[in-house]
Amino acid sequence: MPAEASAPVSSAASTGSFCSLGVSFEGVQKSFGPVFALRGVTLRIRAGEFVVLLGPNGAGKTTLLRLAALLVTPSRGTVRFSAATRSVDAQSSGDSIPQEAAKRLIGVIGHSTLLYEDLTASENLRLFARLYGLEDRDARISAALDACGLPSRANALVRTFSRGMRQRLAIARALLHDPSLLLLDEPATGLDRQGLAWLTERLSGLRGQGSTVIMSTHARSESLDLATRAVVLVGGRLVEDTGADGKLAALLDRLRSEN
Amino acid sequence: MTMKLRIPGTVLVALLMFAAGYAALFVAPDERTMHEIQRIFYFHVPSWSASFTAFFIAFLANIGYLVTRRARWDWLGVSAAEVGVVACTIGLITGPLWAKPVWGVWWTWDARLTTTFILWLLYIAYLLLRGLIEEPGRRATLSAVFGIFAFLDVPLVYLSNRLWRTQHPQPVVFGGPGSGLDPTMGKVLGLSIFAVLCLMLLVLIDRYRLESLRDEINELRQDAEREPRESPPVRAASER
Amino acid sequence: MSTARAASIILAKELRLELRTRELLNATLIFALIVIVMFSYAFDPTSAESRRYGPGLLWIAFLFAGSLMLHPSFAREQSNETLDALRLAPISNFAILLGKMAANFIFLAAAELVLVPIFAVLYNLPVASVAGRLVLVLALGTAGLVVAGTVFAAITAHSRMRELMLPLLLLPVLAPLLVAAVEATASLLNDAPALDRSWVAFLAAFDIVFMTASWLVCDFLLEE
Repeated sequence: MPAEASAPVSSAASTGSFCSLGVSFEGVQKSFGPVFALRGVTLRIRAGEFVVLLGPNGAGKTTLLRLAALLVTPSRGTVRFSAATRSVDAQSSGDSIPQEAAKRLIGVIGHSTLLYEDLTASENLRLFARLYGLEDRDARISAALDACGLPSRANALVRTFSRGMRQRLAIARALLHDPSLLLLDEPATGLDRQGLAWLTERLSGLRGQGSTVIMSTHARSESLDLATRAVVLVGGRLVEDTGADGKLAALLDRLRSEN
Repeated sequence: MTMKLRIPGTVLVALLMFAAGYAALFVAPDERTMHEIQRIFYFHVPSWSASFTAFFIAFLANIGYLVTRRARWDWLGVSAAEVGVVACTIGLITGPLWAKPVWGVWWTWDARLTTTFILWLLYIAYLLLRGLIEEPGRRATLSAVFGIFAFLDVPLVYLSNRLWRTQHPQPVVFGGPGSGLDPTMGKVLGLSIFAVLCLMLLVLIDRYRLESLRDEINELRQDAEREPRESPPVRAASER
Repeated sequence: MSTARAASIILAKELRLELRTRELLNATLIFALIVIVMFSYAFDPTSAESRRYGPGLLWIAFLFAGSLMLHPSFAREQSNETLDALRLAPISNFAILLGKMAANFIFLAAAELVLVPIFAVLYNLPVASVAGRLVLVLALGTAGLVVAGTVFAAITAHSRMRELMLPLLLLPVLAPLLVAAVEATASLLNDAPALDRSWVAFLAAFDIVFMTASWLVCDFLLEE
């Protein structure tokens, strides 16, 4: 496969091509003191896949996502990123990119909202827009606020928001910089029916665009329909991986009937 | 350190200490002005040498841990810090015991004493900090960072005190570092320092071994807890 | 993104948060003022005594107030795990640390600028004539306090009894800074006020040593 000399790392808006991110975990182990969160996990996720992370609580899903987000360093093993660009005329294979560059392309929706309670919605978004070096800040911020249904609350402190509103803003914040790799840790928590529908719509848009998504969730979630691959963690180990083939539907049916 | 080495090692150090003690009490000549009380000098000075050496080892261990991330450097760090604090405490107690009858004051804030006192406070803080962080990895990392800052502070403490003393001359109370020493006294002091340093190393090695045993027990405990919940092997899509 | 730019974004965020809640500034100011007033209750100094003990008292008040004020730098980030949000961004760990140090410096300096004139009035000290040089001494001393203090705030954020541990770790380490700052301040409030170059150089050296050490260890402070 032809490889480009260097994979341009830029967002869709500026160059007209989209940079998709793949992540691979090689023999990754993570322990917090005496507790092993992950043991010997090897998993390669190709750019553009929509991977659903399943497993009981405490299986290590959150730790795996945090490793991908570069918030946590593995006790053993490595986490590597590769970027593939897809433009109107050509498609390149993945070139590995350094972790620092990958950060620019990663978006995270975690258990906590990652929002400052004493800043307004738009101040929160502006802070992160600046930290990610985004240029068309005002346009992006108002688009984000419109998208999550909070334009009227732009100048209200996050402290005054309900749980659902906070979660929507958190999602808007995560998507602000058009991430090529989106890491979601049970993103449906706290969302009402309307919010869930909006999330599913955004995720489907991202998938169409070519972003890679890794989402940890429960077997009953609606967004499962978007998935191309499922991975099951139990006790910190990778126990099942449907790969990119059609075993996914069978697995999901089985899990749904179990729950 | 294996059992084979420990017993002769301990016996040797005990003999050294005995020899040093004997020399300090009976061999060293009587001091002109202070007489008997001066003999505490043969334990006071070595305790300071031992504590400073231990703290320096702790400093190197802290750096070692941050660079290599191997737990054994953390074990060395905490062992050296503890030994250093004990030696320093002995020094801080024997000092005033000696000072009061001879010079009339329990304490003075000269450069050496101030540095010793602050050093003692810093490493007690180090040990307290360790006691309050539960997760072992974080405990090792954060205490190593503090240990480095603490040690870097020491020359600054010394310098600030010297600078202050040049600006505000005080009567020199305790014998300055350069005061002459009778040759026999010098030899006895040398023996005492050597004996106490050997004692310090012995205790340090024992303490280190205690840490490594603790770690081993933790590992065994984890292994035991892991066994019954062994998960099924990975089934990759391609194998089916 | 350059470290300086990222740090300034973080600084702006810290300032905005503080201006909105104003918790720190008020508390720091009142606390330092209380320390100063209580000393005068305890000693009722004459003019000569004021000049002798004043600088020491002033800096002790700043040290105590400062070490209490530094704690929220990292403790505040624990609600909603906003520190994670900062670490996710494509900025260096040093930028995060530097931004917080700069913010703490500004807060403490702001408190000092209010306290020093009050102090001068209460103790009849001739501050006005040496104002410029005094600001230099205040800046260097505060910088050292804030650099070590912010690092230790990051450390103690993960320990139990955090509010107590921070002054416990910080004050012994700042002992040489205290001596230097007090001496430099005292020489400015003498009968023949002069800027003591050796103490000022010492303060600058202290700041450089600890800033360098902070840069070297910043990744260890924020990692998981």
